Amino acid sequence: MIAVLGLVVGIALGLVFQPTVPAGLQPYLPIAVVAALDAVFGAIRAYLDGRFDDKVFVVSFISNVLIAALIVFVGDQLGVGSQLSTGVIVVLGIRIFSNAAAIRRHLFHA
Amino acid sequence: MPEHDAAPDTAKAWARVRHALTGRPSRGQWVVAALFVLLGFAAVTQVRSTNDDAYTGMRRDELVTLLQTLDGADERLTQQRAELSATQRNLQQDSERNQAAVEETRRAADALAILAGTVPVQGPGVVITVEDPDETVGASTLLNAIEELRDAGAEAIQVNGVVRVVAQSYVTDASGGNVRIDGREVKRPFVIEAIGDSHTLDQAVVFRGGLADQVEALGGEVNVEQTDALEVTALAEEREAEYARPAR
Repeated sequence: MIAVLGLVVGIALGLVFQPTVPAGLQPYLPIAVVAALDAVFGAIRAYLDGRFDDKVFVVSFISNVLIAALIVFVGDQLGVGSQLSTGVIVVLGIRIFSNAAAIRRHLFHA
Repeated sequence: MPEHDAAPDTAKAWARVRHALTGRPSRGQWVVAALFVLLGFAAVTQVRSTNDDAYTGMRRDELVTLLQTLDGADERLTQQRAELSATQRNLQQDSERNQAAVEETRRAADALAILAGTVPVQGPGVVITVEDPDETVGASTLLNAIEELRDAGAEAIQVNGVVRVVAQSYVTDASGGNVRIDGREVKRPFVIEAIGDSHTLDQAVVFRGGLADQVEALGGEVNVEQTDALEVTALAEEREAEYARPAR
């Protein structure tokens, strides 16, 4: 419950302050958001499995974001930034789908 | 994940969801909530910045490609504009040439029309009145007068306001001391109106041995009046050359 509230508060803050993305962060923010979403779906699945651990979640959340940003950064340095970020999005997307499928199986048995 | 693993967990899973939504938040949930705040904030920020500007989310090489495309288009359009400008210049020159030709043709037509006596003309000139009470002035004297006026540069001549004297004009003596010009009888007193340099025309009449002297010798009188605005309104018949053709 409190987590859902947190999400709502974050969205509200974003809407109220209307921040602009700093130029240096621009390539990383979308990847970081997708990575965080992946961590969230993983956490929901783990919770439904009954093996949710908040420490694991915090670490996976932060490390997901950092690694995604790092991959994009390295890709930019190597000149394959757009390809690598596409690859990261694809991988994370697949993970989100598989986690969503697991959650679905837990809740709806289908 | 195999299907049969998840199957017995359904009821337990719903119980967990209910517990998560209704139960007292644990310390772990507070941490999760903090991270969710961050996530929501970042997601909204990203969505807003993506919506703000179509180019914000693009990478450097994409932007470079876009820039090159635009440069190419710009170059193409510049070239196109130069070509169109050249075409426009050409057309303008053509039109100017055509206009000049039309102007030239109109001038030539005007000059020919004046020569042929088919248009009324106006300008400075002289009005010569020949009075001969004894009707002694004949065709030859009139013809002499016309020749003298032509010599003095008369550009248009009419007699009595009814006959335009042109290149083909002829002057004949008719019966009873009358004079015919182009077959048309002109009555006394003869009034010759000539357009040209009025002073020169005046001199052509009054010089020693000229028209004035001749008429006076015949017992008549010549009166010359210079004017700045003379109108020659008599028209000659337009004649197409029936036999003569330009020799090339």
